[in-house]
Amino acid sequence: MNPTRKMWVIFGGALALYVLIVMLIAVIPAIDLSHTAPGPGVQPLTPLHVQGREVFAGNGCGYCHTQQVRPLTEDKVFGRPSAPGDFSYQTPELLGSERTGPDLTNVGKVKPSDVWQYIHLYDPRAVVPQSIMPNFRFLFRVVDQLPAGETAVPLPAKFAPAHGYVVPTPQAKALVAYLLSLKQQPIPGYVAPAEAAPAAAPTAAVAPAAAGGYAYDAAKGQALFEANCAACHQASGAGVPGAFPPLKGNAAVASDDPGLHLRTVLHGASGVVIDGVKYSSVMPPFAAQLSDADIANIANYERSSWGNHGKPVTAAEVATLRAGSK
Amino acid sequence: MAAAVQGAGIADRDATQEQTSEQDDRALAAVFKAYTISATCWLLFGTAVGLLLAFKFGAPDFWAEKYLTFGRLRPIHTNSVFYGFASIGLVGTAFYVTARSCGTRLYSTRLAWLGLWLFNIAALTGTIALDLGYNWGDLEYREWPWPIRLVLLAALLVTVWNLLATIARRASHDIYLSNWYIIGGFLWTCVICLVAILPWYQQGLGQVAISGYFMHNAVGMWFTPLALGLFYYAIPKVLNRPIYSYALGVLAFWTNLVFYPMLGGHHFLFSPLPWWLQTTAIICSVGMLVPVLGGSANFLLTMRGRYHGRIESYPLAFLFIGVLCYLVGSTQGTVEALRSLQAVWHFTSFTVGHSHLTMYGFVSFAVWGAIYALLPLATGKNPGRLGVATHFWLALVGMSIYVIALSIGGTLQGLDWVRGVPFIQSVAEMAPYYLWRGVGGILMFLSHLVFAWNVWRMTAGKPGNAPSPIMEPEGAAA
Repeated sequence: MNPTRKMWVIFGGALALYVLIVMLIAVIPAIDLSHTAPGPGVQPLTPLHVQGREVFAGNGCGYCHTQQVRPLTEDKVFGRPSAPGDFSYQTPELLGSERTGPDLTNVGKVKPSDVWQYIHLYDPRAVVPQSIMPNFRFLFRVVDQLPAGETAVPLPAKFAPAHGYVVPTPQAKALVAYLLSLKQQPIPGYVAPAEAAPAAAPTAAVAPAAAGGYAYDAAKGQALFEANCAACHQASGAGVPGAFPPLKGNAAVASDDPGLHLRTVLHGASGVVIDGVKYSSVMPPFAAQLSDADIANIANYERSSWGNHGKPVTAAEVATLRAGSK
Repeated sequence: MAAAVQGAGIADRDATQEQTSEQDDRALAAVFKAYTISATCWLLFGTAVGLLLAFKFGAPDFWAEKYLTFGRLRPIHTNSVFYGFASIGLVGTAFYVTARSCGTRLYSTRLAWLGLWLFNIAALTGTIALDLGYNWGDLEYREWPWPIRLVLLAALLVTVWNLLATIARRASHDIYLSNWYIIGGFLWTCVICLVAILPWYQQGLGQVAISGYFMHNAVGMWFTPLALGLFYYAIPKVLNRPIYSYALGVLAFWTNLVFYPMLGGHHFLFSPLPWWLQTTAIICSVGMLVPVLGGSANFLLTMRGRYHGRIESYPLAFLFIGVLCYLVGSTQGTVEALRSLQAVWHFTSFTVGHSHLTMYGFVSFAVWGAIYALLPLATGKNPGRLGVATHFWLALVGMSIYVIALSIGGTLQGLDWVRGVPFIQSVAEMAPYYLWRGVGGILMFLSHLVFAWNVWRMTAGKPGNAPSPIMEPEGAAA
């Protein structure tokens, strides 16, 4: 074989074999997958959401936050397993490769309050003290006079600028609109595989008195509170003045009738007035993701913490209210 | 086998079968020098950014302004060490290896300069675009806007044309193994760039499939073959003895080509990608043990009996660590791809540790080893032994701290999720490991400053004044 021909045989062969493999393993499957039909209820993005998505990608949010839920027990906190039809309008894809922060697949459902999102972007530590997310103050303006039609972000005093109002820029508004649009659509007929956890509920109910005669799983109640409630109501139960109501000394939590307290946890709330303060933020419903025993644990934790002495509740009461007030 | 025996001698032979003029040698040395200096600048920039990022894990409000925010600097770090430092460093050395192992002059010095400009324009405009917030979907290693990635493709095409034309001028009938890996790497990477840019099959989930493919092919079909190509030349050269087995090198070449392209799907295990694609990726990840074990064994057996040489010769020490990290890092990659372990490690900092073990321990050490072994031969100027030793130990200790800290921390992070503790607890518990990552990072960055000094001495310093990196042949060991 002459030397030049030998060169073309080796390198041409290596190239041709590679192109063949790439076609089989990447390009042809990708052509097929690009035609995946959107799942039920999955809608194209609005222009505002598209803009928000660009802010998201341009500032590298995707390096710390994934947008895919795996069919693993540990991922259940983020929603149902992601389905192929969820990604039909997700180009460029933002599935991500690292979870330095939590997955955002359902952030619009879990943290539906735009006020929370703005406070959190302006200074994450104002609502999540242990957060290591950078602040995104560059997405806000500080103004002396509040422009007509604008609402100032109600920051806790410790995190607010010395004077002036904090107002989100159009970019921040687009980003928050995009984040709030991140919600998984239910798949008709999909039932989450049964978990072993509910079996533990009866033992929790008969657990020894934790504090002040409250018969509930105190450790579980605290963990569930921190995972689901503390982002707004804070680990101290004090809430964020003007943004999220306190649970400490809250009449509904201290009341002998647990109805309002449990209904709020089950079905969410918005625009409520507590102690003369109107809270515009939205509270998400927890009926879909928490069991009766879990909600009872959380409620009892809230009713027995921070100096609260509300009457204990049982899982059975939660079940009654869940069934009754649909 | 005749070809194997003949080929094995080429690395030794090129010095005796010199067919190049002094002017050609000077031109080749100038190209090698310029690429090395350019790579060194990108190394300093890219790892300074990396160090700042490591610091931000402990001080998130530090320099949080728009152009210095974590999410913009993070891709700047990865892309500048990928396409600035490692790529340009490998390409410069590849020019030297190809020309020398073919016993001929470089086909075109002008094309080499053009390539250098194109690589730098791509890396520079890419950095600026990312800092301005033009990030194409946070898709790892292809964040640059597509016109910039076309410039990178042009750089690759210009360079591979130059290298192929050089090989066509070679003195011997055989093509030395290094050139198989180098040319293979270039040709495959041109395909990778093209596949990543074309839009027709990249909608939604289709793009996820391409992301998985791209992410790992850009690593395994570009950096791996080029670094291995340097090993096949530099290790026999420094030891002054032929490679242990030419045939084993050929086997590793073809098996790497068959298994590596298919394993990208393992970045998306448990994702909505088709299950068969994920399983194929896992099987090929296991198949990678063949080229990895074959290649590593070949290099280690070439070094057999001359282990004391690793202490005498720091270029060899760099190459030795590069081989070890290739072996350990790649095997770790196979293990990580298994579903049961992926369930714990995926999305955690363990993966970041893995990518540094491979891109730093394997690829960067290979680049440094090859530069320390070959650049003095091209320029006639040597770095001081103390300088090279300082670089070696700072880099090795720094990387070890970095990788060990993130491997332990990442495992705990994954176990926290499995145990179902509140997410924020997994963030808080990483703090000490993020701190140790920073400590390792400081040592690594200091080693790069020393490297820059050594490069200065090898390019602008005084000629001679130190022993050649090439060891004396040892009769008993042959």
